[in-house]
Amino acid sequence: MMAFVDTGRRAGPKPIAAGEVLLEVEGISLAFGGVKALNSISFDIRKGEVRAIIGPNGAGKTSMLNVINGFYHPQHGRITYRGEVRRRQRPDTAAQQGISRTFQNVALFKGLTTLENIMAGRALKMNVGFFWQCLRVGPALNEEIAHRRKVEEIIDFLEIEHIRKVPVGKLPYGLKKRVELGRALAQEPELLLLDEPMAGMNLEEKEDMSRFILDVREQFGTTIALIEHDMGVVMDISDRVVVLDYGRKIADGTPDEVQKNQDVIDAYLGVQH
Amino acid sequence: MFYREAGQFKTGYADDMAVFPIRQDRIGIAVILAIAYLAVPMFGSPFFVSTIMIPMLILTMAAIGLNILTGYAGLISLGTGAFMGVGAYACFKLATAFPDVNVLVWVLASGFFSAAIGVVFGLPSLRIKGLYLAVATLAAQFFLQWCFVRIGWLTNYSSSGSIEAARRSLFGVQITGPGASETARYLCVLTLLVALTWIASNIVRGRIGRKWMMVRDMDIAAELMGVRLLPTKLLAFAVSSYFCGVAGAMLLFFHYGSMESIAFNIELSFQVLFMVIIGGLGSLIGSYLGAGFIAALPVVIKFAPQILGIELPSAVVDQVTVMIIGGLIIFFLIVEPHGFARLWQIGKQKLRVWPFPY
Ligand SMILES: Nc1ncnc2c1ncn2[C@@H]1O[C@H](COP(=O)(O)OP(=O)(O)OP(=O)(O)O)[C@@H](O)[C@H]1O
Ligand SMILES: [Mg+2]
Repeated sequence: MMAFVDTGRRAGPKPIAAGEVLLEVEGISLAFGGVKALNSISFDIRKGEVRAIIGPNGAGKTSMLNVINGFYHPQHGRITYRGEVRRRQRPDTAAQQGISRTFQNVALFKGLTTLENIMAGRALKMNVGFFWQCLRVGPALNEEIAHRRKVEEIIDFLEIEHIRKVPVGKLPYGLKKRVELGRALAQEPELLLLDEPMAGMNLEEKEDMSRFILDVREQFGTTIALIEHDMGVVMDISDRVVVLDYGRKIADGTPDEVQKNQDVIDAYLGVQH
Repeated sequence: MFYREAGQFKTGYADDMAVFPIRQDRIGIAVILAIAYLAVPMFGSPFFVSTIMIPMLILTMAAIGLNILTGYAGLISLGTGAFMGVGAYACFKLATAFPDVNVLVWVLASGFFSAAIGVVFGLPSLRIKGLYLAVATLAAQFFLQWCFVRIGWLTNYSSSGSIEAARRSLFGVQITGPGASETARYLCVLTLLVALTWIASNIVRGRIGRKWMMVRDMDIAAELMGVRLLPTKLLAFAVSSYFCGVAGAMLLFFHYGSMESIAFNIELSFQVLFMVIIGGLGSLIGSYLGAGFIAALPVVIKFAPQILGIELPSAVVDQVTVMIIGGLIIFFLIVEPHGFARLWQIGKQKLRVWPFPY
């Protein structure tokens, strides 16, 4: 449905085959003042998998995503992305490396419509110069139309045609989450980080969202790291699960293995939900 | 149901992305342009053209400039008056140093000087926001005004400290300086405004405008999506100051003819800011509505009672104007931050579904 043309952004680095390690974090520790948000965390994410990160509230899941896309800088540890050890980087670099994300508390551009929000996801791919932008003809208009076409494909894919021109501030929560997924997809990411994409949704919306996530992986081979509280969803759609509790990793494995793990059961019973 | 898009199918994305996708809008804009270019010069009295239309259009240009910065990029500035001043002084210097080049070229070029100055004073915007940025731009306002007074070179060491528009013409018609007809000046101002509005609308609808709005609405998300904040904000300062600079040059050459530094003071900054707030943040139409309203209000308050046979002292007129503007600003800031432009939208929506409520 969406035959995305690779714009050459990732022409340099070698392609990584499905199943190979795409991202590896080793011994990551992150503290805010006295609060140890992450304590020597290690795990990897393989190309093409759906990797769930779960754990009770305050376990450090969001912090982990922020470390992965370079927004937080851990005090200790090493991150290897596509076989290269990453240095401290600016927040805008992650997007260039093909990492995009959604946020736990929806972070859409509230003054823009659905269409414009998803167009915003193409920011890095559009580069026709200032002169043409002033005139909005020739290269500038062609570029705008080409990217609009891509964005319309994403809109079709996510079944949000009816809210195309609606300012996102007015949308119900479930649709906002969907638009945010669309915006992240517009970046054509290699690694997609989803922070609680189904929080606050009803069963039907959760089923839709699960389907979209699996379709994304299926159609574009996108690797997905996902934080989710709903265990049913996690068991259904993820290939491997890492469990955090109080900033420590307490389990890592397939959904079945994790579910039977006594530490995990204790952690979830210890923190009343 | 006078105003609707039913039956007007868009056949491509280019159509859908046009400035005025609905036919009635296109007709409307053609009518407005015809009135502005034909009816106003033919039927408008010299007083109406020179004391209402010309300053109103020039201030619209400045309001568009400030709106780009504040409405689209979310960066507040209280230095608009001074940035306009930079344009006026630059244009004065250029026009006197190179008298053979057409003055319209220098009006357009003077904007680049204020753009450069705007970028310099925009540098702190990477670190500071909101009130603190407002204070930083206030510093720019006072520093630049100080320069206008103290640096004699800027006024060619004129003893009065004022700068003057020399006599210049276009196609044999005098357009600036003493003796230029108000029609010629008006047509120059109108044409510059129409052309630059078109450019502004192109920029804000394209990838650059989108980046500004991304930074305005959620800078962290914008950054994580690959938008670099500093260049994006500085470009907003540059483009915004360009418009303000051209407006300042026009104010000198097409309106006053002679100006002192005091004209570019903080009051001018506030006047333009009020236009943007009342007209609507993040809307080019709003800049027109806001400037039109603020420019027309004192005149209406002054002359409307006269028509009814009541004579108001001018002090009362001033007071009433200030009170109305103040009240509207509070109203719009609290109730409707998108100003007149938003009311305009709502009105159009009502027309679309008329006579039904929804
Ligand atoms: N920017 C920050 N400054 C200070 N403390 C922070 C910051 N971000 C996170 N923390 C702290 O780090 C710990 C982990 O927070 P994090 O948001 O990563 O948890 P989480 O697993 O995502 O929780 P939740 O399920 O509630 O979203 C918490 O104690 C939190 O208070
Ligand atoms: Mg979280």
